[in-house]
Amino acid sequence: MAEDFLLMILTLDATIRVSVPLILCALAGLVVERSGVIDIGLEGKMLAGAFAAATAAALSGSAWVGLLGGIGVSVMLAMLHGFATITHRGNQIVSGVAINILASGLTVLLGISWFQMGGQTPPLTGAARFSSLSFPGADAVADVPLLGHLYSELLSGHNVLVYLAFLTVPAVWWLVYRTRFGLRLRATGENPAAVDTAGISVVRMRYLALIICGILCGIAGAYLSTGHGAGFLREMTAGKGFIALAAMIFGKWRPVPVLFACLLFGFLDAIAIRLQGVELPVIGEMSVQFIQALPYILTVVLLAGFIGRAIAPKASGIPYVKEH
Amino acid sequence: MTTPGAPALELRGINKHFGPVHANRDVNLSVRGGTIHGIVGENGAGKSTLMSILYGFYQADSGQIEIAGTPTAIDGPEDALAAGIGMVHQHFMLVDNFSVLENILLGAEGGALLAGGLAAARAEVTRLEAEYGLEVDPDAVVGELAVGLRQRVELLKALYRGANILILDEPTGVLTPQEADRLFEILRAMRAQGVTVILITHKLQEIMAITDNVSVMRAGEMVAHRETAQTTREELAELMVGRQVLLRVEKTAAQPGDVVLAADGLTRIDDAGVMRLDHVSFQLRAGEIVGVAGVTGNGQSELLAVLSGIQAPDDGRLTVHGRVVDADHPCDPAEMRQLNLAHVPEDRQRMGLISPFAAWETTILGYHHDPAYTGTVLLKTDAIIADTDGKMSRFDVRPPNPQLASDSFSGGNQQKLVLAREIERQPEILLVGQPTRGVDIGAIEFIHRQLIQMRDGGCGVLLVSVELEEILSLSDRILVMFEGRIVGEVDGADADARTIGLMMANAHETAAETKAGVV
Repeated sequence: MAEDFLLMILTLDATIRVSVPLILCALAGLVVERSGVIDIGLEGKMLAGAFAAATAAALSGSAWVGLLGGIGVSVMLAMLHGFATITHRGNQIVSGVAINILASGLTVLLGISWFQMGGQTPPLTGAARFSSLSFPGADAVADVPLLGHLYSELLSGHNVLVYLAFLTVPAVWWLVYRTRFGLRLRATGENPAAVDTAGISVVRMRYLALIICGILCGIAGAYLSTGHGAGFLREMTAGKGFIALAAMIFGKWRPVPVLFACLLFGFLDAIAIRLQGVELPVIGEMSVQFIQALPYILTVVLLAGFIGRAIAPKASGIPYVKEH
Repeated sequence: MTTPGAPALELRGINKHFGPVHANRDVNLSVRGGTIHGIVGENGAGKSTLMSILYGFYQADSGQIEIAGTPTAIDGPEDALAAGIGMVHQHFMLVDNFSVLENILLGAEGGALLAGGLAAARAEVTRLEAEYGLEVDPDAVVGELAVGLRQRVELLKALYRGANILILDEPTGVLTPQEADRLFEILRAMRAQGVTVILITHKLQEIMAITDNVSVMRAGEMVAHRETAQTTREELAELMVGRQVLLRVEKTAAQPGDVVLAADGLTRIDDAGVMRLDHVSFQLRAGEIVGVAGVTGNGQSELLAVLSGIQAPDDGRLTVHGRVVDADHPCDPAEMRQLNLAHVPEDRQRMGLISPFAAWETTILGYHHDPAYTGTVLLKTDAIIADTDGKMSRFDVRPPNPQLASDSFSGGNQQKLVLAREIERQPEILLVGQPTRGVDIGAIEFIHRQLIQMRDGGCGVLLVSVELEEILSLSDRILVMFEGRIVGEVDGADADARTIGLMMANAHETAAETKAGVV
């Protein structure tokens, strides 16, 4: 019994760890789409952010410098998306795909040429990684059944970026629903002409939204390579940016439902890891490939059948052209 | 607020080019403070361009704007707002899923956090509502409000920002006559408070009803300024067009023949589950024009879609030439055409023609299988172009060049092309939606004459229009639609705008009861 409980705690713990990049990216997507810009380049920004963070951390020996590097590169890619789609009214999907391909190729190319490790960055140790924070007394209560496990395994023992990701949810909620910026942001995604006639620059609002998006994707990338992992691996984002996009739609562009959607996808991922090599009743041992595909299959099923009508911000994907 | 009598706004020598088009040519305008000033002109006369310059959407190539005697540079809407200019656009600039209060607050939030601004706005809006008689529920979601109420939100938005010059662009296009009267009362209340109102319209009766002064634009120029009391509708119409126009349509009594189209309980439910057509029944006879009146969005578009075969009814039957169309036996527009039914769609740009197509291509859309136009594989281009040439001269389409792209013609000429395509086939049934929307006065006269001719030739015409005047002057019978139902039928000869207006708001029964109660 106690062992089952511990197993469950450990699965939830893994859920939290794998949900972090999803939460950050889905919120990044939420903010830009609320401004009327579709960004399927979340994946690319996160990947480039992960590479930049690992590189900067390896060179400087500081995880914080790595984080800044990751954010910087991700914001630059976000600005590239803005330049193509806001300033030049290019197609947002095409620009997003281009950024994904660019990040995928460039990270490997630069990785090989700089470090000669087959596209990886040097392994990070010590202060070059975000280490786990232990809550006071976590070790002392670790052996206490139930509550002790809950505290020491689930709440304590994550790195600072995990806590940051969870704090981002109320922060984004507050920004979107309680501030002037949020009111203008939502209006820009629904009816940019109304924003323009109110004397507010649509272009400025959309660039600001992209900057926020870049920052969040950069943090997600840094988490992957300097927090969760210990260095950059090629294609280490593995489609998480797209799952985040799905979670954003599943959560209907609202921060709290988006959080739960991310946790659900994270949970599926964590279970998939647990199920590997486990004998299941009736089915027997499932193939690793099938288990790994499970979160993606469920993403499609959930999006197709279970979310009902998802109403996107009305102006999402449409370049704003002043007409009169 | 400006002192009444002194000019609140002066425009001097405004010029604006769009490529080769000289949209505003040396425009001068002086608007006295605390008055209602009308600007009339045909579509494309430059009214909207001028107002867009005033609101900062465009910058003039040359010229000067003075507000209350001070030269003012207006480089964007923010400058216009700062100078006290507010604008109510023809297509409302509202965020549908915001509350009334949030819409009013947008751009004038009064601080980085919303909470304080919302409280202040609530108090101020309550005060404005009382002062001008602009009742709206501040917490209602704008998308769920009736059109007339949304317009009030726009007015409140402008007033909340302290506008003392208010521009209204075609404000009554979407209103019932009663709502329009209500709007005019509000505008009078504003004038009494010293607000200067500029009213852009193409409806001359509105100019006569409410304005103090009127300026007339034609082809980018300001051609006349008049005191409203010193002018007449006929004079204004002549100034707008540059020649004499007939405002009344001449027609003889109808000679209705056999039933050509019968609708019996037609019902249509859209994808969102809303009942758009609610058991609509009527008959259309040969040789009559039946007008369908109603405020936009009360089922007229769906009625046309079902009658023309674009959508199938979910319930009820439609009988055309013995062919019965119902939910199990749907029809398509091609089959309807075979049954001698022609359709001039409401939205010319979207459904009547394909913008980049040449005029000769547009004139065969839907009839491109006709052996006169097409061989086994290839189109008979020369024959089609010759045919289009003929249509263009018979319908006075200008410029008469079949090779020009469809969207390079003016609205009136585009409509003439579509009309020529549909009515030269001598259909027995003609469905016409908004025949004169975005069409200049000269072309309106022509289009109306064509419809009357069709009727006299024995065609059954179903006319859907939001222009009540058009319905009244053309129809032999009038059906009034409200929320997908036909709520009343009136004989064309003894119809008046007031009765039909009440029906359009579905208030005629209540009104009759109230009247009875008073007596």
